[in-house]
Amino acid sequence: MNNERIGWTILKYASLALAVFAILFPPYIIIVNAFKTTEEFFGKAATALPDSFLHFANFAEAFEKADMPRAFGNTSIIIVLSLVLNILIGSAFCYAVGRFQFKLRGPLVGLFLFATIIPTITTQVVNYKTIQSLELTNNLLGPVLLYVGADILQIYIYMQFIRNIPYELDESAMIEGASLFRIYRTIIFPLLGPATATIIILKTISIYNDMFVPYLYLPRPEHVVVSTSLMRFFSVNSGDWQLVSAAILIIMIPTALLYLFLQKYIFAGVTSGAVK
Amino acid sequence: MFGGMSIQRQRKLVIFSFITVPLLLLLTFAYYPALELIRLSFTDWDGISADKSFIGWANYKEVFSNPDIFGVFKNNVAYFVVGLVQNVVAIYFAVVLNGKLKGKNAFRLLLFLPYILNGVAVAYLFGYVYDTTNGSLNLMLGQLGFDKLAGTSWLGQSTIVDYSLASISFWRFMGFNMVIYLAALQSIPSDLYEAASIDGANGWQKFAYITLPNIYKIIELNLFLTVTGALEVFDLPFVLTKGGPAGASETFVLQIVETAFQFNNYGLASAMSVVLLVFVIIVLSIQRYLLKGKGE
Repeated sequence: MNNERIGWTILKYASLALAVFAILFPPYIIIVNAFKTTEEFFGKAATALPDSFLHFANFAEAFEKADMPRAFGNTSIIIVLSLVLNILIGSAFCYAVGRFQFKLRGPLVGLFLFATIIPTITTQVVNYKTIQSLELTNNLLGPVLLYVGADILQIYIYMQFIRNIPYELDESAMIEGASLFRIYRTIIFPLLGPATATIIILKTISIYNDMFVPYLYLPRPEHVVVSTSLMRFFSVNSGDWQLVSAAILIIMIPTALLYLFLQKYIFAGVTSGAVK
Repeated sequence: MFGGMSIQRQRKLVIFSFITVPLLLLLTFAYYPALELIRLSFTDWDGISADKSFIGWANYKEVFSNPDIFGVFKNNVAYFVVGLVQNVVAIYFAVVLNGKLKGKNAFRLLLFLPYILNGVAVAYLFGYVYDTTNGSLNLMLGQLGFDKLAGTSWLGQSTIVDYSLASISFWRFMGFNMVIYLAALQSIPSDLYEAASIDGANGWQKFAYITLPNIYKIIELNLFLTVTGALEVFDLPFVLTKGGPAGASETFVLQIVETAFQFNNYGLASAMSVVLLVFVIIVLSIQRYLLKGKGE
């Protein structure tokens, strides 16, 4: 019994050590090489530490050559517009569906939930033509429309959340003469705050990390976003690993920081979003 | 401005105005494309010209009889196999992190980290790790004395390229699966374990008779994600290998994208999309059916 426990403890820590190594080993090589000068890069083993972790020249060069100021700008525009529309449309929809009984309410909700099983990647062939006929290819609004229209994560999260807001709040406001629109705006929407926070974080990460939509819909250089900037940079500089490493790190850092500061929301959101 | 309206009229207005836009978006970007795919799959449309001639089942015959198209599913198998291992590992670490352990939040934080990183950045990161001459994997293997292995071209050898790519997705998504399992474990009432301890159950018995049955539903959910994920693999081979060497890392979705957007064969690409859609629905139906069998 006691031996068994000791064995389990050893196994536990040994496996965790292995896992930590497996997580950190791949990024190690880009972290050490992003800080190397050209001479160091050719003179030292790839896994050797750089002379100094204050050598930022690779970062500056990658940042400029990969057109990252523009990429971060475009990505931010797409994220902000998508989020605003997602939150407005999603919360309003869930207020209407979550608070009122009406004919076809059941089938309507079913229609939204059933859509989750259609893999978005399969419908791209047609969606591409739709966006084209709306003349929104080569336009930042094209991806925005897809992120708002083709993903219903926000509706799913709001629907779960609105059930837990007591209906008595609506009733007492109605007795005091508040209009339904006012109830939505001043009572329901603020109380949906935690759900909104979760949606903001999950959507920001998924839009930031998406490659397929911008690759397909925003081929022009002036519409570069973070994912496509890295792809274009790599295709030109594929041998220069110290530059590529710096570019990879620049792209990785924003979501990593977001994760460190907002981990609580991210874990909560991932669990509620996945169980749909 | 709605103050003067009766609650009944307001109600109608709210329902109508709050539902119209999301419903239109859903119909435009989910249901219309699904139906339109079916229609296009029976045509030879090139994506540009106005005429779409009806060609019957020819596209579907092509999908199932051309080994270059349907045969690539054997490459998707690698992602499925690695995905299964990934789930076992995820359950293991979820159990470990659910028990008494120093620094378990730090471990959870670290194991989940790869999931939130940019996918393209992760792909190129592994492009460096796997690099034959400069990559850190071969350097490490060399230092450990595995000289034969140390010259492996991880992304250039057709026999292993799919497993190399699938390992990247293991690295990226294991923590995600683990966090979902962990949430399920935390919802198991602790008195079940206490009662079992009093009855003299050992750790393994508790795992087999309490933990596993209680997370059954979540295991199925994760397996569904694993199967559909394996069917829909796209970005790793697209970014790293473009399907090479010699088509060894082609996946079904990669082919759909090439067929539609490079070769402008929208009819065939639509038929392929429909086949994929049907596969996903079959997997989901099997999962639902199994769940019902368990009386959930």
